[in-house]
Amino acid sequence: MAVSTPHIWEDDIYNAFKKAGISQIPYVPDAGHAHLIRRVHDDPDMTPIVLTTEEEGIASSCGAWLGGKKSVLLMQSSGVGNCVNMLSLVTNCNFPFVTIVSMRGEYGEFNSWQVPMARATPTSFEMMGIEVMRCNSPEEVGPTVDAALYAAFASEQKIAILLSQRLIGRKEW
Amino acid sequence: MSEMVTIERRAAVEHLLQNRDNMLVVCGLGSSTYDVYAAGDHHANFYLWGAMGGAVMIGLGLAIAEPDRQVMVITGDGEALMGIGALATVATQKPNNLSIVVLDNEHFGETGMQESHTSHGVDLAKIAAGCGFVGCQTIYDYDVLDAFTNKPNDLTGPRLAVVKITTDNPPRALPNVDGIYVKTRLRQWLGHQPC
Repeated sequence: MAVSTPHIWEDDIYNAFKKAGISQIPYVPDAGHAHLIRRVHDDPDMTPIVLTTEEEGIASSCGAWLGGKKSVLLMQSSGVGNCVNMLSLVTNCNFPFVTIVSMRGEYGEFNSWQVPMARATPTSFEMMGIEVMRCNSPEEVGPTVDAALYAAFASEQKIAILLSQRLIGRKEW
Repeated sequence: MSEMVTIERRAAVEHLLQNRDNMLVVCGLGSSTYDVYAAGDHHANFYLWGAMGGAVMIGLGLAIAEPDRQVMVITGDGEALMGIGALATVATQKPNNLSIVVLDNEHFGETGMQESHTSHGVDLAKIAAGCGFVGCQTIYDYDVLDAFTNKPNDLTGPRLAVVKITTDNPPRALPNVDGIYVKTRLRQWLGHQPC
């Protein structure tokens, strides 16, 4: 069974979640988030929610905010297209929204099936009114997540943070 | 459609909400939203006019956020079918304050009354049971509906009721379409400040 090596920036994301008081973390798993997902599962103050498809996490995040709780959705780029119509909930009702997307299908990708959705990922968010931020290097991750969480939950911004495949490392086959 | 179906959709929702107290209600787009509004506008209602397939998951996020309140999702068979994976996701979380009610007329009522999957035997109560819901039932008469309504959800997990309804199509009752207003109204009612 493949177990990914933890990245130090995954701990930076977790620490930003703690600082911001994120309590619900819906996710479709990805190796790039594996260490973070383990930490979320180990934290009694966080509720991990494993999803069958990514748009479920958009709806649950909005439900959490209705109840006064903060949520961040974790997914990989291949799932972004699944989200498009459900993002109308975020945009139309002006919900705060943050998702952290691990990118596949770009730097050093072996599986060409990942490439079309990777290329369409920023456009898919932007066309639905979601701001896109990208992290290419480890030192960018913590501050970017911290800034996005602050903007989202202090002023109802909608932000997708893309973690470059260059940052995550290519998947070895 | 079975001959035994006598429940009408508006009456069903009136029965579900007659003693709602402070229950939070999320309703799926289309007729379910009209029915919930027709039963009486309430600050604790979150009306959907879109985001098809999202009602159950909005209810889940809200139920986890508000564990001391009852949350009810009222939606139709078409909306529930579009988000059918959400039943598996809800089952893994086991929220014992979440009730899901599917108003099942076995048709897509908003789009020309095409037959839905449930008219061909797809059984949402059995699917929910297979996912791990602890309370699942299909309701055909008002007495059973009232028993469901009046019994607080004291189970160890979520419950789901499929309410078989006739294909009657009452006049639309339209709640406010402004999603920001409906969101902020509910949050304020719960004591959360606008940010």
